[in-house]
Amino acid sequence: MSLSTARIVITGVGLTAPNGDSLAEFRHHLLTGVAGISRMEIRYMGPQLAGVCHYDPLRHQKKKEVRVGTRAGSISIYCAREALADSGLNWEAVAKDRTGIYIGCTEHGNVETENEIYNISKFNYDTKFWSHYHNPRTVANNPAGETSLNLGVTGPCYTIGAACAAGNMGLVHAAQMLRLGEVDLAICGGVSESIHTFGIFAGFKSQNALATHADPAKASRPFDLARNGIVISEGGCLYTLERLDDARRRGAKIYAEIAGWHVNSDASDYVLPNPTRQAECIRAALARSRLAPRDIHLVNTHATATPLGDIQECEAIRAVFGEGCPDTSINNTKSFIGHCMGAAGALELAGNLPSFDDLVVHPTINVDRLDPQCALPGLVLNQPRQVAKVDTILNNSFGMLGINSTLIVRRFVP
Amino acid sequence: MTKDDCKQVVLDIIADIAPDEDLSNVKPDVRLRDQLQLDSMDFLDIVMELRKRHGIEVPEADYQRLASLDSCAEYLTPKFTALGK
Repeated sequence: MSLSTARIVITGVGLTAPNGDSLAEFRHHLLTGVAGISRMEIRYMGPQLAGVCHYDPLRHQKKKEVRVGTRAGSISIYCAREALADSGLNWEAVAKDRTGIYIGCTEHGNVETENEIYNISKFNYDTKFWSHYHNPRTVANNPAGETSLNLGVTGPCYTIGAACAAGNMGLVHAAQMLRLGEVDLAICGGVSESIHTFGIFAGFKSQNALATHADPAKASRPFDLARNGIVISEGGCLYTLERLDDARRRGAKIYAEIAGWHVNSDASDYVLPNPTRQAECIRAALARSRLAPRDIHLVNTHATATPLGDIQECEAIRAVFGEGCPDTSINNTKSFIGHCMGAAGALELAGNLPSFDDLVVHPTINVDRLDPQCALPGLVLNQPRQVAKVDTILNNSFGMLGINSTLIVRRFVP
Repeated sequence: MTKDDCKQVVLDIIADIAPDEDLSNVKPDVRLRDQLQLDSMDFLDIVMELRKRHGIEVPEADYQRLASLDSCAEYLTPKFTALGK
């Protein structure tokens, strides 16, 4: 088989989410209704709803690495190390120059820049107090670069800026690089440190898109009639991807096979989604995967709980899946963990991968009154659903400036 | 400020910027970089923290004067004294 058509498989998962620091813990909480949203003090704004991760940075980093590096770098290192451990790879024997790190980010550098401005504000804005770490902390490749330093990876290591489609994009790009023969092992996915920048919160608030709710656990409520915006979260999820031949040669555990993907752009608005382009993206991913809509057993939606955005994604899904897909379940992971931004696509895929084994679809929680415009057939609400078959998962992730990504994975069958 | 006080100021800064290091047996007459994991960015941290915490400026041409605890004390004690500390 030529490289260009090589089958690409997922062989390891490492993650930190606001409700779990491993796939097992994350999945358990998705099936038992445990959300991960709390209130967090945000500079200049006071307490805000946020998804905060609780992994131990010192599990894989020295104190100095944590001090010098960024939160996104730390999350990346944690996820990469956990994914490698999960993969069963003999890391000492892995060719580091044939390994790539591809990490999706919504943004990077806001946190560090805000911190430095705050720092020099204590010194009458004298820039001689500006940190010499500012540039290495804010370069766009920072999370991947810090991970390369920690792991000693000497292959291509960089980030992929794709707004909130970035998590999927990390996997898509990795699959492409494996098929091009650029690398033999890819560590890929997405991360976000966005809860540490007030600017993201203030920006969404000014856009009237920031969620409010008396109960943090109920704040993220996609498809609910009373939804009122996004809960911003941090998190990360990185996978090890390999060509199937390599994975089988070493007897690797295989979570799933990458079936296909598509990425396109709306070219229509800075922030408003475009359901026509979203539907085109989903259809193109299906076509690449050689699957029909009825062949998809689980659709994980991007829906962020904005009043308009959810309706528009439902319009796109309705246009593709219509009424003729009785075996297709639909869910949403942000209802538990909020919007993990650049990590969202990767984390949300991970939360659903165990469905291949347990045949359970985790629900969309916090739907007290379903918005009639979001009443898709197959929507799994509030309680997990046992289903007869899960052989395919379609994962949507969309982002500002109109970037859309759809990734489809299938149960691995030799 | 005595020279010993001055050494302690530098050690307190190093404790913050290199938190993994054991500072219990730092030899005052040996180059810091020869006994601790410190790189050029860490030395810039020492310079920055002297500026932030104590209002002391160390021009680039004088960085070599911060090589060891003894040389730090020689170089910095007059600066602290000049500031009335």
